[in-house]
This record gives sequence, structure tokens and C-alpha cells, in this order.
Amino acid sequence: MSGHPTYQPRSAFMKWLERRLPIGNLVYSSFVAYPTPRNLNYWWTFGGILAFMLGVQIVTGVVLAMHYTPHVDFAFNSVEGIMRDVNYGWLLRYLHANGASFFFVAVYIHMARGMYYGSYKEPREVLWILGVILFLLMVVTGFMGYVLPWGQMSFWAATVITNLFSAIPVVGGSIVTWLWGGFAVGNPTLNRFYSLHYLLPFVIAGVVVLHIWALHVAGQNNPTGVEPKTEKDTVAFTPYATIKDAFFVGLFCIVLAWFIFYIPNYLGHSDNYIPANPGQTPTHIVPEWYYLPFYAILRGIPSKLLGVTALAASIIVLAFMPWLDTSPVRSASYRPLYRQFLFIFFAAVIGLGYLGSQEPTGGYVIAARILTIYYFAFFFVILPLLGLFEKTRPLPNSISESVLKKGVPIGASGPPPAGARG
Amino acid sequence: MNRHHTRAIAFALAGLLCGFGTAVSAQEADAPPRLHWSFSGPFGIYDQAQLQRGFKIYREVCSSCHSLKLLSFRNLADPGGPGFTEAQAAAIAATFQVTDGPNDQGQMFQRPGKIADYFPPPFPNDQAARAALGGKLPPDMSTLAKARSYEWGFPWFILDAFTMYQEDGPDYIHGILNGYTDPTPGFVLPPGGQYNKYFPGHAIGMPKPLSDGQVEYTDGTPTTVDQYGRDVAAFLMWAAEPTLDARKRLGFQVMVFLIVFSALLYFTKKRVWHAVLHDPDLEKPRAA
Repeated sequence: MSGHPTYQPRSAFMKWLERRLPIGNLVYSSFVAYPTPRNLNYWWTFGGILAFMLGVQIVTGVVLAMHYTPHVDFAFNSVEGIMRDVNYGWLLRYLHANGASFFFVAVYIHMARGMYYGSYKEPREVLWILGVILFLLMVVTGFMGYVLPWGQMSFWAATVITNLFSAIPVVGGSIVTWLWGGFAVGNPTLNRFYSLHYLLPFVIAGVVVLHIWALHVAGQNNPTGVEPKTEKDTVAFTPYATIKDAFFVGLFCIVLAWFIFYIPNYLGHSDNYIPANPGQTPTHIVPEWYYLPFYAILRGIPSKLLGVTALAASIIVLAFMPWLDTSPVRSASYRPLYRQFLFIFFAAVIGLGYLGSQEPTGGYVIAARILTIYYFAFFFVILPLLGLFEKTRPLPNSISESVLKKGVPIGASGPPPAGARG
Repeated sequence: MNRHHTRAIAFALAGLLCGFGTAVSAQEADAPPRLHWSFSGPFGIYDQAQLQRGFKIYREVCSSCHSLKLLSFRNLADPGGPGFTEAQAAAIAATFQVTDGPNDQGQMFQRPGKIADYFPPPFPNDQAARAALGGKLPPDMSTLAKARSYEWGFPWFILDAFTMYQEDGPDYIHGILNGYTDPTPGFVLPPGGQYNKYFPGHAIGMPKPLSDGQVEYTDGTPTTVDQYGRDVAAFLMWAAEPTLDARKRLGFQVMVFLIVFSALLYFTKKRVWHAVLHDPDLEKPRAA
């Protein structure tokens, strides 16, 4: 962005450094002077929360890696050693395991916010696609991390998920053998998962840099979806956005701490405290909760190949949202029909999540199929058609006007993030 | 339609799902009763006397079949545990025979346990255990209290996040120890199985391990199977989660800090935004 003040180094050292590497100005223009719409609500704090959580996961992960042994005979006991004998090892592990869950909580809220306010639309398509890539990387990283403790669920989740690739015609079997590094999930599988689980967070960090770069080129969207027009529409990132983000990071940490200190195993599965046993299949294999909606889509479809295709499509379709949505209006606040279909979509995803945790029999399968149909219809039927038929509400002329019109300038104060807004 | 309609649809959808839930899932085993545990809730910690009683049961009854491989004798003297002194833990260790070696002659040998040793397993390997116990392998008990649970379904599991229910493992263990009843009419017990109303599938391999008065208590605690179940389940919870006391203590400190810190951030935020909110025509504010 141009037009906002640039960094003026004061100390002799910073003046010297700035002429050789203008890092001060990079930080200043990105995180201090960067103009941010004045009407952002608290849903916009989840980007900062995600950056914070990535940091937490990397720091705890690096320390856990110092104590973990990636070998089928020692992995389970080394994790228990962390819990029992490493100083504050229990804290590191519970923080990392629950941190992964809360990373996904934050990313789902972040994505839902983007969908509600049309943040994927022109000129933010690349920003959005980078976000979908980040989500995919998170899914892969989270899955591999779940395998590392080498409990029963770790082992069988690895078996079930890697076996999905066998659905690919002709080469499927060879791909699975190649992924495993053998003819069953075993030590080579665990070793490579560990290697990749350590690598991918840094790939995520790299894509996050691109994501933030794209954000700073296009500028932030806002609850009206109307681009900032004058300086009155924006405030400086620091202190306005930083203090707001910090406050919500604090609240987020309270919820996270509740889980870590009081119910650390609530989100886990008790079977993962049983060491992996290739000879004994658990009665009920379930993935971590954050994959359950996709798991329900997979199981709802009787053909394995079609199920796997639907599973992959359910995530990849997100990348095409900017083009599937034909409406020129961004924010759902001005799109009454889209708003309703979107809330039903959110409910359908939560419903699929519940169904994914249940045994795939009878009514559950039928319900999962109905919700799967809605999931895809939302993208391929509802989104394109709504743009043609929906009667949208009039947009405010500017952000300032929307802030002023309500008497109290609500936009800047932000509504409490409970339930649906507007 | 307005927002209320949308919410109504969402709730209807959720209700529909629950309907499916209750209609389809027939509970295989009864849910064990939820007991009050000294270590439940935000300030709950282990009861030392109970852990000592539970250890006595483990030692006199369970340990003849079940290993406790991840625990060491020194753990008995750890803070937040049963509260034995180091001397007591060493004395307990000395009553166990531990395989060590090889010695200078290349032989493995037996010696009395030391405080740094891990609890020796009752059988040299899984195959030996199966051979001695009619093909059944008793699970290791180190993580058992976290490795067992039961289904209690929607919406209770949501509620449990708020009530901090994490004692499903001990409840299940207590339930199993008290769940040996006569089979329901028409239930065909497979050979070698015992009927247990809380065991998934009802046919458990383990014969009823405890009966009233079997283990002697010196502190006047009733010697009933119900009490034994509570004590040994508490001991096994400690074995699976020996850092629970430290976790809850640190948790309270972290919570107090985070709440105060977040409140300060909130008031700082209010102060920072005050000018923007109350003078919308204000020139674009500059960074401080």
C-alpha cells in the first residue's frame, strides 16, 4: 500500500542498517502503519490467532522432537517418557496435542469468516487460494502428527488413510507401497511421517508469508465488503489492530488452557493410550475430530474411488469459490439468501462431523449422504445461481458511512462473536 | 426468512441428527456409574491414602497377571503420588525379584529390586502370559485408566467439556470390577468368558478378581468390592497420569494470569479505540 508513512530510523545503528537492508521499514509498513479498515470485527482476529498458534506448535514441537524416538518399538514409550520423566513434558505434549485441535478451531473460524464476508472475491483470489493450500498442508501435518505417538488409533488411522490411495486405478497399489516404504504400515512409514511432520510446519510458515504478502497487496476485506476509499475508512494496524488481536489471543488462550489443564484428553481417543498392535483392529476407527466432516463424506459414498474423489473434491472445491460465486456483492450482510444458505452449509458441515464420529450404519449413512449432497450443491448449484437471482440489499457508500449510520459506530467496536452477526 | 428462520433450520437439522443418533445406536454395554473422585474438577488432587490402598490391591491381586511396565519404584515416592518415602519405596522394590545381567559370566541373574528399577512384569513375555492364562493377554496397566472409556453419547459429551469430566477411565474400571453379574436371559456366554454388564460385548476374559474382604485394610476403610474398585481405579489413574496434581496447580496459576492479562488487554483496547469510536470524523490516527 502506498501513501502511509514510512519508517524514519532514529538511532545511528538503524540508520546504518536501513541503508543496507530496509528491514525496519518492512516491519513498520507491514505491522505498524499498514492501514486496516476501521470497522473490522472480532472475527478478523483469527488470522493473528493462527499465526500465534503456528508459533506455539513449532516451539513445543521442536522441544518434543528432542525427546521423541521415531521407531515402532520405542515411539509409544518415548511419548510416555515425555509425559512422566521430562520436566514439564506433560505440558509440552498436552499443549502440542490440544494446540493442534485449536489450530483447526481457529482455521475453521477464519475460513467461515472469509466465506461469510466474501473475502475470497476479486481481488483476493490468490490470497484465498493460498489459504486453501495452507489448510491442506495443515490437514497433512496434523494427520502425520497424530500417527507419531504410535497408539492404536495412530496406527489404524495411518492404515486407513494411506489405503485411500489404493483406490486410484492401476497405480494405486504401487503408490500405497511407496508411501508405506514397505508392504504394511511399519517403521519406514513412521520414520517418514516424523520427517515430514517436522518439515511441513516450516513449509506452512513459508506459505503464511505469501498469504500475508498477498493480504497486504490486496488489503483486508471488512464486514461491509466495501473497499476503503479515504483515509477516514482506515486506522493504523498498530496500535488499533494489534491490541484487538492481542485481546482475542488472550481469550483464545483461556479456552486453550481450559483444555490443556483440566480436560487434556477430552479431544483425544482413549484407544491411543493402547500401544499400536497390527494384529488387533479397534472396534471403531475414527480420525481426529477436525477431519470428521470429510471422513463422513468419504464413508457416505459406497464406491471407494468415488468416496476418495469426493473427499479430495470437498477441500479442493474451496479454491474455486471465487469463480463459483457469481455475485458482485461480497458481504453476506447484504446478501439475505446467501446468508441463509451459508448458515445451513455450516450446520451441514457440523452435522457431517457428528456423523463422521458414529458408526456408518442405517440412518447415519442416509443422513451423511443428504448432507454431502448439500455440501456440493452449495458450491456447484447454489453459489452460481444465487448471483443471478438474489436481490441484494443496498451497500453503504463507504466504510465511514456504515459506521456513522448506525448512530453508535458499531463497526469499530465489533459485536461480540456469539452466534451469527447482522 | 430472517436470522431466526436460519437458526431454526440449523437447530432442526441438529435435532434431526440427534434423532438419528438415538434411533440407531443401541448401547452395547451399560454405562458404568459416574463416581465422585478426589481428583476430579479444577482443584481435584489424588488422595494419598487411597493411592496407597489402591497400590496394595495392585500388588496383592492385579500384579499376578497385569504388568505395570512404565512405572518405576521411585515413582511411588514422587510428589503427587501415593506419598511413600524414598526408604519405603526402596523397601517395596527390595521385595520384588528383578532380572538383571548379563553378568561377567554372561548369565542373566535375579536380584532384589532397587528403587530405580521398573516394576517387573509377571510373565517374561506376552506368549508366556497367554500360555498361562488360557490364551488371554492381560493388558499392561501403566496407561489403562486413560486407555479405557465408554460411550455416553450426544449431547452429554458436549456438556462434559464444561463440567471437566475426565474420569471415564476410572469409572469404567470401577464398573468392570463391580459388573460381574448373572448373564441376562438368553445371553450365550462363549467358553472361557465371564459375564460383565459393563464390558463391551459382555464376555470378559478376566474372572472376577476381587471379592469382599479379600484385601486387608489397616485404616478402617470398608473392605468391599465397591471400595476396592474405587481405590484401585484411583491408583491406576495416578499410574496413567502421575502429573495430574502438578497440572491442576499450574493450571490455576495460568488461568488467573490469563484472565487478568486479558482483562488488562481489554481495557487497553477500549482506551486505544476510544477516540476512533467517539469522533468518527477524526483524521486517520497515526501510530503512537
